[in-house]
Amino acid sequence: MNDQTSYLDYNASAPLRPAVAEAMKNTMLLAGNPSSVHTYGRFARKQIDDARDLVATTVGADPTKLVFTSGGTEANNLALAGAGRTIRLVSGIEHDSVLAAAPEAVHIPVDQAGVVNTAALDELLAKQNEPALVSVMMANNETGVIQPLTEVISIAHNHNALVHCDAVQALGKLAIDMASLEIDLMTLSAHKIGGPKGIGALALRSNVEIEAQLVGGGQEGRRRAGTENVAAAVGFAEACVEIKKNENEIDRMLHLRNRFEELLRNQASNIEIFGHESPRLVNTCCLRLPGRTSETQVIALDLAGIAVSAGAACSSGKVTSSHVLTAMGVSPSAANESIRVSLGWATTENEIEHAADAWLELYNQTEDRPRRTTE
Amino acid sequence: MTSTDDLKLPIYLDYQSTTPTDPRVLKAMLPYFFDKPGNPHSQTHSYGREAQDAVEAARAQIAAIIGSDAREVIFTSGATESNNLALKGAAQFYGNEKRRIITTTTEHKCVIESCRNLGSNGYDIVFLPVEKSGLIDLNRLAAEITNDTLLVSVMAAHNEIGVIQQIASIGDLCRRNGVLFHTDSAQAVGKIPINVNTMNIDLMSISGHKMYGPKGIGALYVRHRPRVRLNAQIDGGGQERSLRSGTLPTPLCVGLGAACQIASDELVQEAQRIGDLRDCLYEGIAERLPDVTVNGDLNHRLPGNLNLSFADLDCETIMSALPDIAISSGSACTSNSIEPSYVIRALGLSEEIARSSFRFGIGRFTTKAEIDYVIERLTDEVVSLRARGTTHRTVAR
Repeated sequence: MNDQTSYLDYNASAPLRPAVAEAMKNTMLLAGNPSSVHTYGRFARKQIDDARDLVATTVGADPTKLVFTSGGTEANNLALAGAGRTIRLVSGIEHDSVLAAAPEAVHIPVDQAGVVNTAALDELLAKQNEPALVSVMMANNETGVIQPLTEVISIAHNHNALVHCDAVQALGKLAIDMASLEIDLMTLSAHKIGGPKGIGALALRSNVEIEAQLVGGGQEGRRRAGTENVAAAVGFAEACVEIKKNENEIDRMLHLRNRFEELLRNQASNIEIFGHESPRLVNTCCLRLPGRTSETQVIALDLAGIAVSAGAACSSGKVTSSHVLTAMGVSPSAANESIRVSLGWATTENEIEHAADAWLELYNQTEDRPRRTTE
Repeated sequence: MTSTDDLKLPIYLDYQSTTPTDPRVLKAMLPYFFDKPGNPHSQTHSYGREAQDAVEAARAQIAAIIGSDAREVIFTSGATESNNLALKGAAQFYGNEKRRIITTTTEHKCVIESCRNLGSNGYDIVFLPVEKSGLIDLNRLAAEITNDTLLVSVMAAHNEIGVIQQIASIGDLCRRNGVLFHTDSAQAVGKIPINVNTMNIDLMSISGHKMYGPKGIGALYVRHRPRVRLNAQIDGGGQERSLRSGTLPTPLCVGLGAACQIASDELVQEAQRIGDLRDCLYEGIAERLPDVTVNGDLNHRLPGNLNLSFADLDCETIMSALPDIAISSGSACTSNSIEPSYVIRALGLSEEIARSSFRFGIGRFTTKAEIDYVIERLTDEVVSLRARGTTHRTVAR
């Protein structure tokens, strides 16, 4: 029995950064509703405004148009329902929260490499009678494939469509500049970058407005009612400070991910790494081992103290094959042989090697693996 | 003269706006901050399962304080979301069968706005007026219930005037008429005994930060038997039995659970202690000052709430003269705006009374020394402002 553990499920949720926990702990014990006019209220108001500035600056967004929400799912729902566009086009590899918030949406196809087909987007938009909303994520949560947003945005804007971008997985792993990319609505989440769970944001371009979905008090510029989660906003901002401070994390994650894939490939020549031919997030590896189900792989790794997932966490309780891989043309049986390994700010080389060892142990028990000539 | 040496100024008397997180709650949350990553929906590894266990234990703690089954508790981001989900979710699900919703004129903004929203989508919304006491007249409520009535929504305990409605009687009336009963209990849970079964409550909103839990978490109780159905307002991964998608914030769920546990352990003694402090505050002020009015019924009231009007004095005048006391002129959500409280107006009181109304919120960390200090400072200030003739007539206009 191995005492070592490796947490390699950062795309589901990243551990909280210690600096974030410290910042939140101090805020949590203070009373103060940011809408109150007394000293405590004004202090809470300042904390939330400062946090808003920090988060907005990190991604090149307009602080006056950044709406804090309870997370990425709520932000995606708010964007899709509140943008005021009845015709919606979403890529087939979007997160469940985008797909479910726009069940009638036209799906933009993706190619085998996991990239949105921009020519198809252009054709689909040309067919619409009124300006649409296009939702394409910055990088996919399961494969890590980075989407051609510049092109998507230019095509969409040619057709007077608004563009919503779910940047939840991209934050902290890619430099994001909302203003220069001309993204109209952008979703962020704190807990994927080592910030707290329970907070996210929807950033709006300066000339874009939305209709509130949660109504009540006039918080968040009347765009989202409910007492602001001050401590979580402070934690989100602190996480943004940390990712800026540690820009070398990106190189480190890339090195570790590549090392992991190299360790596997050295022995397992028959594995398939989805999206490897495309630009990918530095931390994500979605791989398939022919002949072994996802379930077998995650259980074997779990027993060895290694946390990975068989797809997105939200649906990982269910035994349905990944809609992301299916959209890329992967057969359901092949999709059911794939796992997602995702690492992050606290991952060590040791954890990577431990995980590779454990996976290879399972691999070497797989009967139909290709025999090495040296054996 | 009260010694101010030991007092932390400004004195916080705004517990209905928000409460500080109880250090014991924070302590329960911290392990899930520091050394427990894991998405509670990840079933493929021990981290996820551990987070899920913590979330489920918290759910059971919440269920225990309201007398429900754990499966009937849905986590949300707060009471505003719970109220939106209960009202819009039920209206959308049952909209083809029944379209009338009855609520009151003194509900929290998020109930009023959700109802107005439904009203503009063709639902028949009745805003029932309240009596001068702040209580609703059950006969008037009964008279508004028609065959087309889907739901009645009445706040259990009021955020501005602290008035506690006759929840059990309303629940009984609704049940006998086959009408769903929703109650916004953001201010009530943990402060007064609430039982969803004896009170015939079908839907109930709960808030973390009003009961010494964290901000950013709340819950909605949704009755299983007979089953109440809702349309989800946030779609996605299908968490919370598909009623509310989104990754659950494990530490916040744990915090709400711990807050419920502490509240149910200490409710009786705490209500007594806080009620005594409130009575002491009221008596201290009323003994020293003439022309003080209590807004809302004093007997059916949260122990920690006092809402007063001082004749001839504008609340902004008093508040700016008392920077060392954190009180509010109404609910925090609207206290940025200068319009007088719609709640006080709804009691049938004049705009002048509304403009001079204050809310004192007393809570778990309030001490007798703080109350003594407030009595002295406030009454001195009111006497001197009145002597100078600094009234709202000269200030507000």
